[in-house]
Amino acid sequence: MTDLIASAPARATASGAASGAKLRAAGFAAAGLLVFLLVWEVVPRLGLFNPLMLPGPSGIPAAFWSELKSGAWGSAVGSSLGHYTIGLALGALLGVVFGVATGMSRLAEEATAWIVRVLRPIPGLAWVPFAIIWFGVNRTAAVFIIAIGVFWIVFFAAHGAVRSVERDLIEVADAFGFRRWHERLLKILLPAALPGILVGLRTALGQAWMAVVAAEIFGVPGLGQRMMQASSLLATELVVVYMLTMAALYGLLDSAFVALQNWLLRWKA
Amino acid sequence: MESVIDIRSLSLAFERDGHRTLVLDSLDLSIERGAFIAIVGASGVGKSTLLRVLIGLAKASAGEITLSTHSGKRQPLALVFQDARLLPWRRVVDNVSFGLEGGGLSRAERRSKSLDALRIVGLVDLADRWPHQLSGGQRQRVALARALAVEPEVMLMDEPFSALDAITREGLQDELVRIWRLTGKTILFVTHDIEEAIYLADRVVVLAGAPGRLAADHRIDTPRPRTRSAEGNADVVASVRRHLGAEKLIDGAAI
Ligand SMILES: Nc1ncnc2c1ncn2[C@@H]1O[C@H](COP(=O)(O)OP(=O)(O)OP(=O)(O)O)[C@@H](O)[C@H]1O
Ligand SMILES: [Mg+2]
Repeated sequence: MTDLIASAPARATASGAASGAKLRAAGFAAAGLLVFLLVWEVVPRLGLFNPLMLPGPSGIPAAFWSELKSGAWGSAVGSSLGHYTIGLALGALLGVVFGVATGMSRLAEEATAWIVRVLRPIPGLAWVPFAIIWFGVNRTAAVFIIAIGVFWIVFFAAHGAVRSVERDLIEVADAFGFRRWHERLLKILLPAALPGILVGLRTALGQAWMAVVAAEIFGVPGLGQRMMQASSLLATELVVVYMLTMAALYGLLDSAFVALQNWLLRWKA
Repeated sequence: MESVIDIRSLSLAFERDGHRTLVLDSLDLSIERGAFIAIVGASGVGKSTLLRVLIGLAKASAGEITLSTHSGKRQPLALVFQDARLLPWRRVVDNVSFGLEGGGLSRAERRSKSLDALRIVGLVDLADRWPHQLSGGQRQRVALARALAVEPEVMLMDEPFSALDAITREGLQDELVRIWRLTGKTILFVTHDIEEAIYLADRVVVLAGAPGRLAADHRIDTPRPRTRSAEGNADVVASVRRHLGAEKLIDGAAI
């Protein structure tokens, strides 16, 4: 009995301590960032590093501003987002279609088993030579490389998610007379598999972003290409501008996706 | 009397690791149109399996089932599962409309029929909740509404009230009897509870043994409205208890 009485205020203090800890964590994070920027600024100024090889943070806003004014930043971002969106949509769509089909049908799964086993381990970037031979160094090649990486991730996510839908739920559709494959698919399999498919899509979102940069480094117009141009001119501030641009865009896309995911899965406990 | 379901020497065996387990053994049962039949039997005797065969979720190993439904509905039977089995991604009202989809009704008509069904089970206020926000008993009532909404000719009910408190259960029992008398549906009602069977049904069918066989078939002629005392049917209670086995007898004595 005494234990019970004692534990109530103890829990209240614990929750107070938790919010205090959160505040402290935020403080430390800000301080850490500040120290990082400071060291970054000071190291090249002290001559410990050639400022050309490592530009300090203070020069970056100016570099960003002039890049923005010239229109180069906007067109690079636009072009990269274009590759990204098309490649992602294409890879995701095909991944969902084939993943769901092989998840629903034993026959489809068995027929594709060996093809999957051979093609799956080939990294997306290993397709660059063929992408260039087939399409040349252009948008299509970039889209192709992005789509391949996305395809595999989404394919396996969708396949696994459909395979693990509970039989009990499929029986509900059967019991109410929805026994044709498309009824099962739309009424039970897709909604039940959605959480798993979304997890795959989120992984693909990050993967595709890396593929964008890689494809563009080979010369397709976009962030990656602009970054390479800047580096060959030793405009290292500009390289940093583009690195931060990539981080910011990815962060934005990922947060938007998570918001969408939470809304779609609002039925989950 | 014309029968709506005719079961002739139905047997069902499960194949497991190479050996067969017979669960139902040459069952014969004629279900008259409009009857209210309770099926009682010990746990594991094959009651759920029988309902699953009738609705087409399991295949009989032998024997035949003749359905003489005439509503021309896509699905003239509806099953209330022993577990609620709501679809977690649909709100309560959309779970109830599930069986109405593909029946040529507009969205608004489906919704209004579903709300009617929810009103019957007393959950119309929770229409817009998600299933995970319901209690176990509420989920079971939504599952009942989902079956009622399709207005089936035959309702198969697998212990639909066993998870409910006594007051709610009695309310729903009376509601079920009212719907049954109003609509002339045929109801096949599986239960463990002898008193419930006698209160609700015209006929109490006992499954017993392993494999499950038809062990007894009692008519309950008590006029309606009935009282909840099983006094007039002491012979039925005794017979059912005998078939349910020794443990059930002890349970019965303790009540
Ligand atoms: N898929 C299956 N494979 C093998 N055996 C099964 C399967 N489903 C059920 N059984 C067995 O069949 C028997 C009958 O099961 P059933 O679910 O019909 O029992 P029940 O009478 O509904 O029992 P309860 O009152 O506990 O719900 C049980 O012994 C069970 O173990
Ligand atoms: Mg059962």
